[in-house]
Amino acid sequence: MQQRSEQFLDSADTALQDKDAAQRRDLMALFAPAMRDAAVENFTAYEATRKHVKRIRRHSLDNLAHYLAQFEHQAVANGNRVHFARNADELNSITLDICQQHSAHHIAKGKSMVTEETGLSGFLQRAGLQVVETDLGEYIIQQAGETPSHIVGPALHKSRDEIRALFLDKHPLGERQLDETTALVDEARKVLRPQFLQADVGIIGANALIAENGYSMLVTNEGNGDLCANLPRVLIVCTTIDRVLPRAEDATAMLRLLVRSATGQAQTCYTSFYSGPRRAQDLDGPLETHFVLLDNQRSDILDSGFAEMLDCIRCGACLNHCPIYTGVGGHAYGWVYPGPMGSVLTPLLTSLEHSNALPNACTACGRCAEVCPADIPLPDLLRDLRARENSERLNAPRWRLGISLQSWLAGKPRLYHALTGACIALLYRMGRKRGSFRRLPFAGGWTSQRDFPAPQGKTFMQQYKEALREH
Amino acid sequence: MNDNPRATVDAKTGPQVALFITCLADLFRPAVGFASLSLLQRTGYAVSVPMAQTCCGQPAYNSGDYDAARTLARRVIEVLAPADYVVVPSGSCAGMLCHHYPRLLEGVWHERALELAARTFELTSFLEEIAPRMTHATPEPATPAGSGVVYLDSCAGLRELGIREQPRALLRETRGIEAGELEQRDVCCGFGGTFCAKMPAISAKMADDKLDSAMATGAHTLVGGDLGCLLHLAGRARRRGLDIELRHIAELLAGETTGPAIGGEL
Repeated sequence: MQQRSEQFLDSADTALQDKDAAQRRDLMALFAPAMRDAAVENFTAYEATRKHVKRIRRHSLDNLAHYLAQFEHQAVANGNRVHFARNADELNSITLDICQQHSAHHIAKGKSMVTEETGLSGFLQRAGLQVVETDLGEYIIQQAGETPSHIVGPALHKSRDEIRALFLDKHPLGERQLDETTALVDEARKVLRPQFLQADVGIIGANALIAENGYSMLVTNEGNGDLCANLPRVLIVCTTIDRVLPRAEDATAMLRLLVRSATGQAQTCYTSFYSGPRRAQDLDGPLETHFVLLDNQRSDILDSGFAEMLDCIRCGACLNHCPIYTGVGGHAYGWVYPGPMGSVLTPLLTSLEHSNALPNACTACGRCAEVCPADIPLPDLLRDLRARENSERLNAPRWRLGISLQSWLAGKPRLYHALTGACIALLYRMGRKRGSFRRLPFAGGWTSQRDFPAPQGKTFMQQYKEALREH
Repeated sequence: MNDNPRATVDAKTGPQVALFITCLADLFRPAVGFASLSLLQRTGYAVSVPMAQTCCGQPAYNSGDYDAARTLARRVIEVLAPADYVVVPSGSCAGMLCHHYPRLLEGVWHERALELAARTFELTSFLEEIAPRMTHATPEPATPAGSGVVYLDSCAGLRELGIREQPRALLRETRGIEAGELEQRDVCCGFGGTFCAKMPAISAKMADDKLDSAMATGAHTLVGGDLGCLLHLAGRARRRGLDIELRHIAELLAGETTGPAIGGEL
């Protein structure tokens, strides 16, 4: 996926101008947190489960090599083939190789942010394969030629009217109304059914890999994951190495947090465990199954100060609760993962140089960390990325200079009080009539959107010193 | 008259309270400093304003200049070392001292930061939880109950220090003001320190959401505990020509509401 994180500010400004879309995002900012909050409130073991899963995640990531080896051993024993991909290119070419070995033409694909990260669909299509996204949201944006705006609801940015117009345009099904949401869903279902039956290979993601039995776990609300997994002859599960958990009960514990945090449901409609190819006694299922496990910087992140980011379970709660994400929408972030988690992950998975606006798109309000089921200190990680930005001198020189000057001056109290006192006196004389400034030198960022409240006269320190002298 | 036995404190032998004024209040709203000073003096504790204080280092810290922030943090720890309590009329600066200094510093300075954190309080939490119930020079409530004051939560205070009920309780119990509530009161107003200047359009959108919900309550005063948020919202309200006054909680609690509001005509 072409990265446009550098243009975050421009993209955000454009997004803010689209009033209809902004209004839909405002609605989402009300509903999504309300649903999550209600679900968490009804789940009395939430905090205990959060702590428990955090310990498990830390333990499994601290012993990642061990649990990956165990997973591989078990999965192979179940009849799977397990591939490790160091980077996006490797995942894509391993997957293409498997497809080509089976002379596949039609691929039915489930939702997977990892394959968005590697750009798998486009890669397979360029190699001549027909790839159909079968998750409804992914299907909509594939038809529209767009990218996901949300890690859980990839087409959340689209209105019903837009989807209706898209379906009327893309589906040659003659005259029809399609005014109701159910009509749209029915039509997608009708169009997608033959795709599952026709597919030679199914590709899905995974929410967890279970080391003790070599299974992968997937949650969906549409059941499309199961159809991708069970109808085609070949199944490929693409995910990242950090998804591995020691035991099945660890995966289900994580699930109790994931679904509530993501959609406010206690459970998704489908929770599936995939063990491997069809066995002799099985009536159906794929004949051949593969796991492609991607690293793509995860090993490096694990060894860095950002290891906690790997605890992320991709629920999207930080997106839904972030007023910046809901203000500007996911596309402004310019890559696969938006919002607070994306603002940490994007610089780590791509380059900070080309995405350093993202760690700055944060007021440190802390709402994301508060609702994060994985208890990731997102504002701290974003600040640490700004520290890296600062030490690599990627931020604007005038900011660096301004901060250096302010910090230097703050270290010299007498000079600080004298200088600030003189500046404040000047500002007071200039601004006392109106009480605020419409424009101010060196404060263009502030005054572009707001007046600058004028000071009240002397500084507190000046007045306090004078009062002490009088007594 | 004072009927609270805890309120009888000998200023000489009792706890020494240092007021950390914050750079924004020092420069742009000294009224917040004097109101805080007056509130603290009413507790009967000995209150001082350490003269060597400047800035807690948040601008450097949040801009990722950790070295500069560390230098300032060590300074602040030194300057505030003699006080039994440090009181800060700002949730974000208090949060900086209590949570971020220990995160920034290592070794003996980490220990000293934790020690400072243990005796540092945001103003309303100090008044509500630590200090003897204050006695009031003006028994008449400055603003009658239910008369259009809404309270603005600020994120650092809310999430880092648990400042939620304390300011509301103080307004109610000491001033007879039942503060109204904003829709989505736990959502950020868009200030975020340097964020508001780096990403002004997004920041203004968030300010507008907050101001619109304040206007929807019909309130005439939006009161909060963090001057940064208040300056930002007051500036945006002024730009939009909204008829609402913004004030710091210390001003209301001290009964000092006759002067101009933040960003208002002087």
